[in-house]
Amino acid sequence: MATLAGALCGLVGVYVVLRGMSYIGHGLSHAIFGGAAVSLAFAVSFYFAGLWGLASAVLILLIARRRSIGADAAIGVITSSGFAIGIVIVNVIGSPRNIEALLFGNVLGVGAGDVAVVAGVTLLAAAAIFLRYRQLLFATFDPEVAEVSGVSTLRMDLLLAILLSAVITVCMNVLGVTLIAAMLVIPPVIGRLLTDSFHRMLWISIATGTVSGFAGVYLSYYLDWASGPAVVLTAATLFVAAYVVSAVRRRRLPQAAALDAHVG
Amino acid sequence: MSELVRLEKVTARYGREPVLVNVDLTLSEGDFIGVVGPSGSGKTTLLRAIAGAVGPIAGRIVRDRSAAVAYVPQVETVNWYFPVTVREAVLMSRVDGRIVPWSSKQDLRDADAVLGRLGIGDLGDRHIRELSGGQQQRVFVARAMLRRPRLLLLDEPTSGVDVRTRHDVMHLIHELHHDGLAVVLTTHDLNGIAAHLPRLVCLNREVIATGRPQDVITPEVLERTYGAPLEVLSHGGMPVVIERYFEEEEGATVVPLREGHHRHPA
Repeated sequence: MATLAGALCGLVGVYVVLRGMSYIGHGLSHAIFGGAAVSLAFAVSFYFAGLWGLASAVLILLIARRRSIGADAAIGVITSSGFAIGIVIVNVIGSPRNIEALLFGNVLGVGAGDVAVVAGVTLLAAAAIFLRYRQLLFATFDPEVAEVSGVSTLRMDLLLAILLSAVITVCMNVLGVTLIAAMLVIPPVIGRLLTDSFHRMLWISIATGTVSGFAGVYLSYYLDWASGPAVVLTAATLFVAAYVVSAVRRRRLPQAAALDAHVG
Repeated sequence: MSELVRLEKVTARYGREPVLVNVDLTLSEGDFIGVVGPSGSGKTTLLRAIAGAVGPIAGRIVRDRSAAVAYVPQVETVNWYFPVTVREAVLMSRVDGRIVPWSSKQDLRDADAVLGRLGIGDLGDRHIRELSGGQQQRVFVARAMLRRPRLLLLDEPTSGVDVRTRHDVMHLIHELHHDGLAVVLTTHDLNGIAAHLPRLVCLNREVIATGRPQDVITPEVLERTYGAPLEVLSHGGMPVVIERYFEEEEGATVVPLREGHHRHPA
């Protein structure tokens, strides 16, 4: 379950990080927390929160398309509002009991149905990215020219919004609101540190997400830590290792060092 | 020569502001056109309208659907820290017609052929940031060429490069034009680029003038285009725009020619 969640975050996170929207994971998880609180308070399906998150993600991406407002500000406005609405509703209705699991993640409280949902979303995300790999890459790297070349950047933005909100919603039980953002950011950053090629970055990110999820849950079980922090700390350790490796590599490559000096 | 794209009384906007007003322009095979005008005069929007990425809010754009149009962005707009190798960047052009993420052998062969033709055949596996300015420009020309265009649009292909690189880039564009590609480029460089092109469009939201450099690079047209007086000399039949920032006075050091700052030598 956590292994799948890690892989999923690693996959989708690459696009998030490369679009300079790292903060969106943090923001959306808070917005979705608002939605989740509401769904618990009203005893409707937890996946209502997913719709809530999707609406937030779409709003963010639409606002970010207007150049006058940056993506970071758009995220700030939309997601804190979503979070606030959730909290107010919970205040009025009364606090549900499983709020703590949502905040910090509790993989041991996850049922077979939840695993199936994560597996489903993973398959869906993998299929969507497989089928739209070129368009997504082009729209992420160079949206202006992608548009000229017949790629609808609006569709790609919407696709990413759907994937992202689905991923955050289904991973929330495992990783928790506060730490899910880390899993969307750390694996892609490790990939970026280790390679200059997009498809290699994608694979490294998926791999580190998977390993972190797997090892993190074992740590969580044996050391009796919450699953979210255990997974994130594993990923953070891998990040430190990748950072050291890339720093050593740079030292060895005089060309890269000279280039840095030149650019820098 | 057959027509590729025709703009008829096109008005287009960038954001909410109309930046192109009533533009008439016909692009045909064999054309090599430079678009000049001040910043914000709608040069990039004109290119994007020609490419089909911006729809007109008035007027119409008629295009030969069989003729592919390719676009080379300003290198300043490229995210050089994005993790793509030269080959990956070039292959982005092949977005349509293939569902699987990896490139076909034919695509790879085509990409390497284009890179080879542009003289960067051995750089395919390098990251785009590791190249020189001229090589970086070539990567994006290569990406455009992979679309097998009949019309190539370049947004300020020589901005921010040194004189030698500018020479290389213009030489390359000339070669592509010589091989049968119609070319439209925008530039701020009147003497270094515009004066050498066969046809110019002077743009400031609307087309101020269009024609050969010796006919449109005149003080009258430039004043209407740029809103500033500019001197033009003729050098061997070629117009040379003179920009004077400092006034030289007899027996004086050079002083800035700004109102309220006239210093006269004692």
